[in-house]
Amino acid sequence: MLNSSLQQLGSALRTGKISSVELTQLYLDRIATLNPALNAYVTTNAETSLAQARQADALLAGGKAQPLTGIPIAQKDIFCAKGWRTTCGSKMLENFVAPYDAHVIAQFNNAGAVNLGKTNMDEFAMGSSNETSYFGAVKNPWNRNAVPGGSSGGSACAVAARLCAAATGTDTGGSIRQPAALCGISGIKPTYGAVSRYGMIAFASSLDQAGPMARSAEDLALLLNVMTGFDARDSTSLPRDKEDYARDLNKPLAGLRIGLPKEFFAEGLAQDVAGCVNAAIAEYKKLGATIVDISLPNSKLAVPVYYVLAPAEASSNLSRYDGVRYGYRAPEYSDLTEMYEKSRAQGFGAEVKRRIMIGTYVLSHGYYDAYYLQAQKIRRLIAQDFDDAFKQCDVIMGPTSPSTAFNLGEKGDDPVQMYLSDIYTIAVNLAGLPGMSIPAGFGSNGRPVGLQIIGNYFAEARMLNVAHQYQQATDHHDRVPQDIGL
Amino acid sequence: MIASRKTSGFEDMSMLRRTSDETTSHSTRLPKDSSQVAGYVRAPEWEIVIGLEVHTQLSTNSKIFSGASTTYGAEPNTQADAVSIALPGVLPVLNKGAVERAIKFGLAVGAHIAPRSVFARKNYFYPDLPKGYQISQFDLPVVGQGALTIQVDPLSGNAKPYEKVVRITRAHLEEDAGKSVHGDSQGMTGIDLNRAGTPLLEIVSEPDMSSAAEAVAYAKTLHSLVRWIGICDGNMQEGSFRCDVNVSVRRPGEPLGTRREIKNLNSFKFMQQAIDYEVQWQIDTLENGGKIHQATVLFDADKGETLAMRSKEEAHDYRYFPDPDLLPLDITPAMFEQVRATLPESQQAKQKRYVNDLGLSAYDASILTASRAMADFFEAAISCLPKQSKLVANWIMGEISALLARDKLEIENCPVSAAWLAGLLARVSDNTINVKTAKEILDSAWGRNQIFAKLAEALTSIDAEIDAKGLKQVSDTGAIEKIVDEIIAANPAQVAEYRSGKDKVFGFFVGLAMKASKGQANPAQLNDVLKRKLAG
Amino acid sequence: MSLTNADVRKVARLARLAMSEAEIESARAQLSGIFDLIAEMQAVDTNGIAPMSHAQDLSQRLREDVVTEADQRGLFQSIAPQVEAGLYLVPQVIE
Repeated sequence: MLNSSLQQLGSALRTGKISSVELTQLYLDRIATLNPALNAYVTTNAETSLAQARQADALLAGGKAQPLTGIPIAQKDIFCAKGWRTTCGSKMLENFVAPYDAHVIAQFNNAGAVNLGKTNMDEFAMGSSNETSYFGAVKNPWNRNAVPGGSSGGSACAVAARLCAAATGTDTGGSIRQPAALCGISGIKPTYGAVSRYGMIAFASSLDQAGPMARSAEDLALLLNVMTGFDARDSTSLPRDKEDYARDLNKPLAGLRIGLPKEFFAEGLAQDVAGCVNAAIAEYKKLGATIVDISLPNSKLAVPVYYVLAPAEASSNLSRYDGVRYGYRAPEYSDLTEMYEKSRAQGFGAEVKRRIMIGTYVLSHGYYDAYYLQAQKIRRLIAQDFDDAFKQCDVIMGPTSPSTAFNLGEKGDDPVQMYLSDIYTIAVNLAGLPGMSIPAGFGSNGRPVGLQIIGNYFAEARMLNVAHQYQQATDHHDRVPQDIGL
Repeated sequence: MIASRKTSGFEDMSMLRRTSDETTSHSTRLPKDSSQVAGYVRAPEWEIVIGLEVHTQLSTNSKIFSGASTTYGAEPNTQADAVSIALPGVLPVLNKGAVERAIKFGLAVGAHIAPRSVFARKNYFYPDLPKGYQISQFDLPVVGQGALTIQVDPLSGNAKPYEKVVRITRAHLEEDAGKSVHGDSQGMTGIDLNRAGTPLLEIVSEPDMSSAAEAVAYAKTLHSLVRWIGICDGNMQEGSFRCDVNVSVRRPGEPLGTRREIKNLNSFKFMQQAIDYEVQWQIDTLENGGKIHQATVLFDADKGETLAMRSKEEAHDYRYFPDPDLLPLDITPAMFEQVRATLPESQQAKQKRYVNDLGLSAYDASILTASRAMADFFEAAISCLPKQSKLVANWIMGEISALLARDKLEIENCPVSAAWLAGLLARVSDNTINVKTAKEILDSAWGRNQIFAKLAEALTSIDAEIDAKGLKQVSDTGAIEKIVDEIIAANPAQVAEYRSGKDKVFGFFVGLAMKASKGQANPAQLNDVLKRKLAG
Repeated sequence: MSLTNADVRKVARLARLAMSEAEIESARAQLSGIFDLIAEMQAVDTNGIAPMSHAQDLSQRLREDVVTEADQRGLFQSIAPQVEAGLYLVPQVIE
């Protein structure tokens, strides 16, 4: 059961082999056992989850089931879920019980899925290791001295450690793909605008996108089918017809042109990661693909551009956390200004404060043109690079992360070191393109390696096909961490 | 271009030799020896430069970025939805009604409507600003340059009213903030976010005004216009129309002086007082060797003074940037045309038409066009009764207005419809009833809400009433003669008085005759018969 | 790039973040490092390039002007730090 695909689980539920209540309880028990050590979950609520499971069982009994009905899904604690504590990994929202459902949450509810609980994350999605969470770091299930990646570290850990059937994450600069790579699972960030951001606590509005995290591409397809779709409450939500992301999974890959950007295989890439990625490319050649050497010349500017734009948007998005209407309010203050300054200083962690300050600075009088405007212009250059590249190839591949999971505390002192671990993923968010990561083996220290697949706008079905064919021919994605009670 | 003015709060327009034909390029002709001008106090060494920023609340049903209600006066925070209180994760979606009203305004002032405009975030912290930023427009506003023609009444001195064109720099869409309620519990302020998110159109003028009179005229004209085209209810008490006035002074030929901003003036009277005070204060300060520092000031109505708000250590740095949650607003030609079709005929055009085509006096035309609703009522009535514009006009300005005033009603809530009034007047003009009877019918109808959309239906009802109560005018000469004969026979003393030259006694006979005919005698005929028979 | 403590203090005030002098100094060092990273993009010639705000060149959708939200004051204020008589309470604002 714990290694079944979502399709197999769905089938078992629909044929009565297992009930949703049993399945949910199974996961809740595992969470009770393993979460203290792994810290993947911030909040569970057995009563609520089981009540939802009972409703799902009724739907299943009545023959009214949809593909995900009855399946327990872990929700990144960035999605407002009505009646659920929603912390965004922050002390600022430690006791915030959301009074409404995010669109994504509503989609899963309408599909009959079960909310298994809220997963840990870097505070306000700012981080690449899940070490900035107010609720403590998440451990990588493959090696508990290692980080799981971030900011969707809790979700990645939960999937890898079989603490849920699947999970949701969000990705602003790589926060689905990088933890997926570091935890040996599959994750996809769809085209910007494909999934509604309504109810998804904002970090950087023009870059944030929600997406599924699971153990295989075919699982991701089923999850994407539920998560995507136009939402009138999000002005950036794309008015497109629903599509079935599983429709092309079984297409043969003959004739597929894979672009390999030389910038993604240059210095900074760890040798063991390169080895796995090259082996994956070789496998793709066997499956009928051809390799095209391409260049993304402006991609080296992606990190500095991102660290202007994302903090700028974040500094504004986080201004609402002022202790007035919800969230943390400092216990002592002498006037309004002090209330603001103390509530925010005490409620936010160090990384969040750093980014707020960068953002405030680059938007401030006299600096806007040199920083923000300049960054938006280079952003267009970066997007144009991809445009040009996709004239020569169908998908772009490379490593997701320059190294396997680093140890907890290893990148503590220097924020810039941490920022550079997003070097391959960030450009994709800047361009608004879809990107995914799938397991491609293990590094020299036994820690997972991820292969990144980047597609053109709206090419998710094709990308999932490309990933699925690889997963049919290899078994990296089936590997299970040790010591998780299996 | 800027006319010189002298100081001390009264405008001596006699110094300006201008005719009412001069408009924008009015120039000042000052007497060489200004001491020759009556009432003149000081040499005209200061120019006054005034610009206005007016925030108009648009009359939409829902807020600019969410579906919460905009109705005034609700219990605190009962109209503050998730978007209004800036819960984590909420997002803005733009209200079509707000955009349409902005376009309408732009059309009404002949302004450029930007085919593409962008929303920007204005970042600052204040408890009535829940997101910590206001969504506004910065670089690319929806409405560009336009102009407003105003009639300026100089307010004092013996100069004539004159016309002036004030340029409008731009108008942009933005959201209103919430409200602070002070002085409640233990040194705390209460925040009500019902108003947060109400759509505003901020209308910015060029600093083209050079006196309090011009500023007030501009504000009044703008106020009239936004109500006329139906984009704002203009209720200044409720904060629907808020004026900020930027004032500076300079010696002629010198660069613009530092300006101070008088904020949130919500009456025209206060605006005039505030500007006069501020101008004098700035001049006094400069003449005494002081400097004007940029400041925001409030007007203390009790003291009649402007006072700078406690200055902040640093000027606001709003860190404007395009709002990433909103896409650029593109106004298609189709939408533009659709809004243009709903733009009403302007007040000025109506007045011209009433005078030229309907033969009304300029005064009557101005009364009937005082509001859109009044003009609409008038036009609906004369569309039913085309040849009687003067009669209809008189009744609206007379009887109808009197009854509305008595019952504290507005024409929008008139208990009788325009078609009904037309029906009543149709029966007056065809002599079925006389004026006195008509007034009685009106009085009786007033309490019974006679709202008919069509003339035919109104006439059916009115005719039925006339028949039922036997109100038809007595125009039968024989009947009138009979009544007059009886009265003359019964009142020989008064007849003698009249015949001896006391004309006033005529009214006595009219009164008796009216009473005898139950008010239904045709007055014109009665007059004729009486005169004839009394003459002997 | 070299940030001064005064720069950091000013930004902290704009962002309403209370900071001790020690925190300001430490922030200054870290932020300077981040700005060195950002500096790489400043030299790039972007003459004639239009800034990119959104991935797709789409227009803002318009919502019909109807009231869709009901009064949820009770629910929304159940999570507020301080309310009284339906108002959110904050320390008195001095003008």
